Amino acid sequence: MPSASVKALKQRAELLHLIRCFFAEEGVLEVETPLLSHGTVTDVHIDAFSTAFHFSEQGNQETLYLQTSPEYAMKRLLCAGSGAIYQLCKAFRHEGAGRYHNPEFTLLEWYRPGFDHHQLMVDVDHLLQRVLQTKSAEKISYQAVFIRELDMDPLTVTLSQLQQRAEALGLDMASAMPDDIDTLLQLLFSLYIEPKIGQDKPCFVYGFPVSQAALAQVNREDPRTADRFEVYYKGIELANGFNELRDAHEQRIRFMRDNQLRQAQGLPPMPMDEHFLSALEAGLPACAGVAMGVDRLLMLQINASHIEEVLAFPVSRA
Amino acid sequence: MASYSTNEFKGGLKIMLDGEPCNILENEYVKPGKGQAFNRVKIRKLISGKVLEKTFRSGESVEGADVLDTELAYLYTDGEFYHFMNNDTFEQIAADEKAVGENVKWLVENDVCTITLWNGSPITVTPPNFVELEIVETDPGLKGDTAGTGGKPATLSTGAVVRVPLFVQTGEVIRVDTRNGEYVSRVQK
Repeated sequence: MPSASVKALKQRAELLHLIRCFFAEEGVLEVETPLLSHGTVTDVHIDAFSTAFHFSEQGNQETLYLQTSPEYAMKRLLCAGSGAIYQLCKAFRHEGAGRYHNPEFTLLEWYRPGFDHHQLMVDVDHLLQRVLQTKSAEKISYQAVFIRELDMDPLTVTLSQLQQRAEALGLDMASAMPDDIDTLLQLLFSLYIEPKIGQDKPCFVYGFPVSQAALAQVNREDPRTADRFEVYYKGIELANGFNELRDAHEQRIRFMRDNQLRQAQGLPPMPMDEHFLSALEAGLPACAGVAMGVDRLLMLQINASHIEEVLAFPVSRA
Repeated sequence: MASYSTNEFKGGLKIMLDGEPCNILENEYVKPGKGQAFNRVKIRKLISGKVLEKTFRSGESVEGADVLDTELAYLYTDGEFYHFMNNDTFEQIAADEKAVGENVKWLVENDVCTITLWNGSPITVTPPNFVELEIVETDPGLKGDTAGTGGKPATLSTGAVVRVPLFVQTGEVIRVDTRNGEYVSRVQK
């Protein structure tokens, strides 16, 4: 039996249609990129599924990875001069299923050459107003939202201050308190800030600490922060966007640093996407991009309390 | 005892925490932003009965608790211990006051209770959802009154006090829901 009602399936079809109409009107091109790739994500906290390919041109067995986001391939298209593009596709992450997570999920990702992340936030806001009938969104910096909700500055706080604050907030860890600033910031953000923001209209949080930058540019005015934003609505993390990093050398260093971190934690290093890196070397136009969880969008649209209500067959029934 | 990874967490799983067996009530997987994943777990400590919320790093392992639920019939109390018997094997087990706790007021001879054993010793005693007990004292009610008014307190043979409709009298046997201590119906003797 499907876990989603027929009504939810119809609403999914309607939602995909609305998204495609939005981008058609905006003159953004729909593209498709491979789900299987030779290179993959190096991020310590993102784990890709892998599979064996027995029919490579060289005749040897190759490992291919199911993409965790179409980002690298889409940026290769941007480097090739595609102009503004979007994609609706499946993405795969080797991780647990939960209320808002299924290891296979639908992603909407788009890129706007010539936009910075603030202009892209306006774009995201327009899309949300169109598909969810939301009010115009609120915008607040990562630093300001921490100060407002938890009365502390995430850019200057020390580890021990953070640990004390976590304890005072009632965070009860089964084992030791995390001893890494970013992990604690992320945990406090998701447990004590996320539920309070974006309740009656979407909330954009921008200017994440540079240590949580991934593929975003470092901010020119405040190099402690990166040009990355996230969108929250009714307690759900809906989208993650960047003013995209264009420096191939810096990108390679970040990938290598990720792999060093992976090894330090006993995880295998992952093959960097060399096709993507060489495209970056050829030149990525200045652009901003964002990835949005379509299943979560649908959950919000139909007031679902579990992702299974919007998936025909979640992983347990797949 | 086996150990369990957070990936295996689900409601009903018994694990050890701070040296005490616990029952997992709810488990939620959270993955903040692009960071490390965690499990937010609502847990009931089986000895103290306390409910608390713990945060685990996803992938972390914990020791399972050797906790077993058995169905045993209540026999009698000797004042210190409460004696139960397995109706199939006739094996007897004695639970102390701490294990019985407030449920002592729902213990009826020959009723089958759920006894939770940890390493073979009883830690909690759960009575059946419904028990039948005689009213030993209640104010005389008015004839013709029907259920739905506020009711009145009635003391049962075990000492439990429940609210009953006004028409229910001393000496009658009533059916009570032990989960909320509410009157259900009169029982024909």
